[in-house]
Amino acid sequence: MTSLLSLTGIAKTFDNGVKALGPVDLEVQQHEFLSLVGPSGCGKSTALRVIAGLLAPSAGKVEFPGGNPETAFVFQESTLMPWASALDNARLPLDLKGVARAEADMRAGRALERVGLGGFEKSFPRELSGGMKMRVSIARAVAAEPKLLLMDEPFAALDELTRQSLNDDLLKLWREDKLTVIFVTHSVYESTYLSSRVVVMGPRPGRIAADMALAAPENRDAHYRLSPEFTTQAAKVSAALRNAMVEHA
Amino acid sequence: MSAALKYAVPVALGIAVLALWEFLVRHYDVPVYVLPAPSAIWAALVENFASLMQSLWTTLSVTLEAFALALIGGVAIAVLFSQSRAIERALYPYAVILQVTPVVAITPLILIWVGFDHINLVLVIVAFIVAFFPILSNTTLGLKSTDHNLIDLFRLYGASRRQILMRLQFPTALPNLLGAMKISGGLALIGAVVAEFVAGSGAATGLAWRIVEAGHTLEIAKMFAALALLAALGIAIFSILSLLEWALLHRWHESAIKKTA
Repeated sequence: MTSLLSLTGIAKTFDNGVKALGPVDLEVQQHEFLSLVGPSGCGKSTALRVIAGLLAPSAGKVEFPGGNPETAFVFQESTLMPWASALDNARLPLDLKGVARAEADMRAGRALERVGLGGFEKSFPRELSGGMKMRVSIARAVAAEPKLLLMDEPFAALDELTRQSLNDDLLKLWREDKLTVIFVTHSVYESTYLSSRVVVMGPRPGRIAADMALAAPENRDAHYRLSPEFTTQAAKVSAALRNAMVEHA
Repeated sequence: MSAALKYAVPVALGIAVLALWEFLVRHYDVPVYVLPAPSAIWAALVENFASLMQSLWTTLSVTLEAFALALIGGVAIAVLFSQSRAIERALYPYAVILQVTPVVAITPLILIWVGFDHINLVLVIVAFIVAFFPILSNTTLGLKSTDHNLIDLFRLYGASRRQILMRLQFPTALPNLLGAMKISGGLALIGAVVAEFVAGSGAATGLAWRIVEAGHTLEIAKMFAALALLAALGIAIFSILSLLEWALLHRWHESAIKKTA
């Protein structure tokens, strides 16, 4: 395995004096599915924004040993442009990169099909359900064929069934595209189901409290959710999270 | 309520009011210089058709020129404000001063500066001052209400400031701009009329001057005819801008979505 991303001594203090994060050291390997788990306000989202380059850290270094990867970001809200159709929304990164219209249309259309939205190209966001809007948001992320996919509690606002089906679709994209995913969540079960590695963060200022590799089959499905193996893993993550909270209390 | 009924009710009410008006004026023999009957107003409109149309055209062109200038100027300065906090801080108070100073009070000054020889230019400037501020203030608000996550996303994909402005901030501000245009369209007409009243020399030849003129000679029916044309002009401007708003927003914006419940 080769390292895709390396954080050294990353810390963030906001202008108002709030210490949100760090210092944090983290090494992320290619094709990892890494979940950042922690209580609200522990700096998970801040860490993600620093990695994306949307936020400058107060201290420390963000390095990409293999060069800057093509990066995509999925927010907690679908963050779509309400005036643009699903296809136009999914095509955004390609438009901004100056990809020719015909090719961009084709790639964005293909991305929509991959998230199960074939036939909804012309629908506007207001005509779609919450889950479908999130699918458009994911289609937009994969349309530009990223190496690194950053997700900030993307499914937190969705109902349980929609969430599970999006989890499965996300794993499929992760496998097929050999993506590296960094996934922020506060759900123990979601992180256990999705990840090959879970990093637990303690309360503000967020630091890494536990870092565990999960032994899990490549192909996870509904059966896996009910297996004793899954329960054991979830219990481990849960215990680590509780520890992180207690140490700070 | 069915679509036909939606239009039939106000139209029927209008006809009923006109009929009652006609009846009362005739029945009580109200003098024409106090309140002319609708039929007399119609007659005055037909009789003075050529001169009234000429005046209508003058007022309309002043209104449209002022509105176009307010639109271009308001949007341009709003873009400037959205790009630079410093410029906004420096200029915004003066935009407010221009807005809150009663335009009637500024008109004589503009008249002196520009001169009676260019009376239409005076009217356009005054109407512009009145119409400009709603466009500036609403467009500035709209440009600044852009979703921060979307701006981050644009930045992540290496978008230029120009791309963020054209593809993200303008569409975000569009509903605000269209709302402001509806207000400013009406204000431009009001500004054009007010300016003509103040200028009041006869050099101007718009509908406002026809009203002043008819007032002097007690041709109240003609006065009403000119008033009716002004109202019609105002309604036409509002309707066209509402239609434009609907055409641009109805597919995606909450305000334009029909409630089915």
